[in-house]
Amino acid sequence: MSINQQTGAQEWPLWEVFVRSKAGLDHKHCGSLHAPDAPMALQMARDVYTRRQEGVSIWVVPSSAIVASDPGEKSMYFDPMEDKVYRHPTFYDLPKELDHM
Amino acid sequence: MTKVSNVVDDAGAQYLLRLGDACLVLSHRLSEWCGHAPMLEEDLALGNIALDLLGQARALLTRAGQLQAQAGGPALDEDQLAYLREERHFLNPVLMELPRGDFAFTQTRNLMVACWLLPLWDRLRASSDAEVAAIAGKAVKEVQYHQQHAADWVVRLGDGTEESTRRMQAALAQLWPYVGELFASDDIDAAAQASGLGPSWAELRDDWDSAMAAVLAEAKLPRPQDTPHVYAGRRGVHSEHMGHMLSTMQMLQRTYPGGVW
Repeated sequence: MSINQQTGAQEWPLWEVFVRSKAGLDHKHCGSLHAPDAPMALQMARDVYTRRQEGVSIWVVPSSAIVASDPGEKSMYFDPMEDKVYRHPTFYDLPKELDHM
Repeated sequence: MTKVSNVVDDAGAQYLLRLGDACLVLSHRLSEWCGHAPMLEEDLALGNIALDLLGQARALLTRAGQLQAQAGGPALDEDQLAYLREERHFLNPVLMELPRGDFAFTQTRNLMVACWLLPLWDRLRASSDAEVAAIAGKAVKEVQYHQQHAADWVVRLGDGTEESTRRMQAALAQLWPYVGELFASDDIDAAAQASGLGPSWAELRDDWDSAMAAVLAEAKLPRPQDTPHVYAGRRGVHSEHMGHMLSTMQMLQRTYPGGVW
């Protein structure tokens, strides 16, 4: 039984696609797609997002499972950090041996 | 326009052309879905599969042309073989040339063909022809994915809604009579088997039956009855659809002979 039948939805659910490139260590978000279920979402991600050798590993996540911050709360969430430059580790001397930090 | 003598009569070349034409013709049928698939994602999936098959066809047609030349025939390249042969000289099974039908028809045929190509390419990896073995090594990975993708659709549609089940049963009933040709064997097969070029197609039947049975069981679709008639596309006897398809497929090259990108 497909997700459509379970939910009665007319359109297939949306999935977010994350692809890890050959050289990359992390999976990066590269887009989204519609698919009836998880195995099909993986196949479609392969066909839509890795057809030019972009990746060696794919994650798909139901978009509905992602909890996102509210754009309307952007100022409350992020503006207070504007004047707190002291949180960057640039106000003390590092030992030379550390070189690149 | 010079008339190309495009009759391939070397047994090894014909054996490869049968497979190459099967890939080429199905690739063309799948390319017809471009822009017409039920959803964007599947449009790309079908296009990818069509391009995989086209790549396999190009390699096989090229090799068939070389074998024909080695046997003293004219040196024909992949384009001459694809675009300048007459209908009667195409050697694909009739199954591949049938019009694309609806989505259920297309996925069912893709499954049938993938379940046939997989054991065939798998055996061709051990071909006595190093070139063919190398083509097979690449193709087998592509076809594994084709089989999985088609099988997943067949299961979803077969065990889906009332309408999808009805369409899948209709597709199976329409396609099943063309299956026998995939496992017919004749002197061309015997020669290929003897020389180690590749297996007799008859040898693939057991693998095909068990792979199809597993998917049909999961899809809750009954296996249709086998029918006695065996089509003869691989001897150049095609259905009424083939000529129409070729007129589209060959139109550019026949209108502008020798035209290249």
